[in-house]
Amino acid sequence: MKKTISALLIGLTAVTGVMAETEILGAGATFPYPLYSKMFNEYYAKKQVKVNYQSIGSGGGVKQIMSETVDFGATDGFIEDAPLKEAKRPLVHIPTCLGAVSVSYNVQGLSNLKLTPALVADIFLGKITKWNDAKIVAINPSAKVLDKKILVVHRSDGSGTTSIFTDYLAKVSPEWKTSVGAGKSVSWPTGLGAKGNEGVSGLVKQMPGSIGYIEIAYARQNKMAVATIQNKAGNWIVPDLASAASAAAIKIPDDTRINLTDSDAKNAYPIAGFTWIVVYKDQNYGGRSKAQGQEVAKLLGGWFMKEAPMPNPSITASCPQTRSPRLKRFLRV
Amino acid sequence: MNKVLNFDTGFVWSMRLMALLVIGLVVAVGYVLVQGSSEAFQKFGLSFITGREWDPIMGSYGSLPFIVGSLLTAFLALLISIPFSMSIALYLGEFANKGKISAIFTSLVELLAGIPSVIYGFWALFYLVPVVRWIQERLDIPPIGVGIFSAALILAIMIIPFSASIAREVIRMVPVGLKEAAYALGATRLEVIKDVVLPVGKSGIFAGIMLALGRALGETMAVTMVIGNNNIMPDSLFSPANTIASLLANEFAEADSSLYVSSLVGLGLVLFVMTALINFLGKMLIRRLSK
Repeated sequence: MKKTISALLIGLTAVTGVMAETEILGAGATFPYPLYSKMFNEYYAKKQVKVNYQSIGSGGGVKQIMSETVDFGATDGFIEDAPLKEAKRPLVHIPTCLGAVSVSYNVQGLSNLKLTPALVADIFLGKITKWNDAKIVAINPSAKVLDKKILVVHRSDGSGTTSIFTDYLAKVSPEWKTSVGAGKSVSWPTGLGAKGNEGVSGLVKQMPGSIGYIEIAYARQNKMAVATIQNKAGNWIVPDLASAASAAAIKIPDDTRINLTDSDAKNAYPIAGFTWIVVYKDQNYGGRSKAQGQEVAKLLGGWFMKEAPMPNPSITASCPQTRSPRLKRFLRV
Repeated sequence: MNKVLNFDTGFVWSMRLMALLVIGLVVAVGYVLVQGSSEAFQKFGLSFITGREWDPIMGSYGSLPFIVGSLLTAFLALLISIPFSMSIALYLGEFANKGKISAIFTSLVELLAGIPSVIYGFWALFYLVPVVRWIQERLDIPPIGVGIFSAALILAIMIIPFSASIAREVIRMVPVGLKEAAYALGATRLEVIKDVVLPVGKSGIFAGIMLALGRALGETMAVTMVIGNNNIMPDSLFSPANTIASLLANEFAEADSSLYVSSLVGLGLVLFVMTALINFLGKMLIRRLSK
């Protein structure tokens, strides 16, 4: 009996101990989730502050921060001007990392596929339907013998990856811009849809002759062939962490709201983009405690910018640019 | 005596309350769907249902391809599953209704209902789709593999336990006296099944089939993985398409504009009404059949 009581007491103190701890709530993009969960684990181990991040999707993340149910939101696409003005008070975009979207393919006998921007657009528009199309063969002589149909695979769920990819296509192809457009879900002119990066990579791996776009980390994990893409400067670029990071080597506006696709930088991989954490500049709102605001500022304004562990390259993208003082944002508590 | 009566009325009332609660839930779901989709219906009117274009960028939403996709996959699945589920039900209800083998088979069939749908989806993607692709190659159709036919196949497997176990129970409950009377008149086993067991169990068997159909209409994950998620009107049984449930699962999380969300909720309402309508028609059919 005594034992049970003391066990109960220990249990109770443990519970109150947890309750006294501050917990920071975040929600949003799924794409940087592997990175965030690792970073926030580290943060808990070092500072004993729990960060509860729900990867519910960028749309949900923006909605939640707008309705003030979380401390920070996360999104793969920046909030446009109009909805940004609808927010009750100023929101700050903090770019946390950079992601690249690779064009992966499954064609036997074709290694080192090279694609110009126009070719990528024409394939995803359904205008080029065979692997031995003259335009493909012109830069990939080994494709000459491939009398196979091209099967396009795209995402079926709304996603930041699609947003980056279609934003790129809209920039390099006027026809794409007018007939399809750019966004998290678009009306695809051709091809099959699959859910998630893992769905697309699964389908591409299974279907001979297929081509799809996949976040670079997934393509690597699955050891898939990725196309080398010609960038704006005319250089042929293999997607990797370094070339993705170079995409941000351009003039970044003060509020960091910029799409990095089709970057002007010389060595940039052209299909890349930031992912952001969105947070209220003035942390004193909605009856939150001062301590809560301070913790959020410490996490996002301080630790995230300076000390957060560099991501393991196999997880997701790269973040060096965000550490430059230019991008640092301080929150007001 | 009085006490027993009180207990009885209390019991009846508590059951009535529970039943009303369920009705209340259905009404509440309907209300939320109607309210949430009002923006889409106000903007598009009837063309929300008859429209063929689903374009979140242009902000134009028509749900016909998904309605067709849902109905096609569900009914095709039902058609494929019925011979199997009825054979299983007859075998377990009429031929092997006692003993170890029956118990093993019964629990195996029920186990099928307990497998998570994502497992079905994965299995279908890696084993069923290549088979369909092989068939397509033989038929000289572009060997895509994923599409309506693959989705219907996996749905058929998923819904077999529903119609089979209900039909089995119904067949078991057919009064022995009736069957023995038929045998006494010189009927063969097949004739007993055809003229006594099935007609008596008809409405129950049909109810099981309706339940299976409802399950097929609402299935999300397994369908998403093998249907190809193509948001245009399907033009053959092999073409990649999409269903309402699958589209909702795909697009709800990242829907950003209010019209987009409202249109997705509208699709939910369409599915809700469709399921209710099919159930209602089914009930009418049963009534007509049992007359």
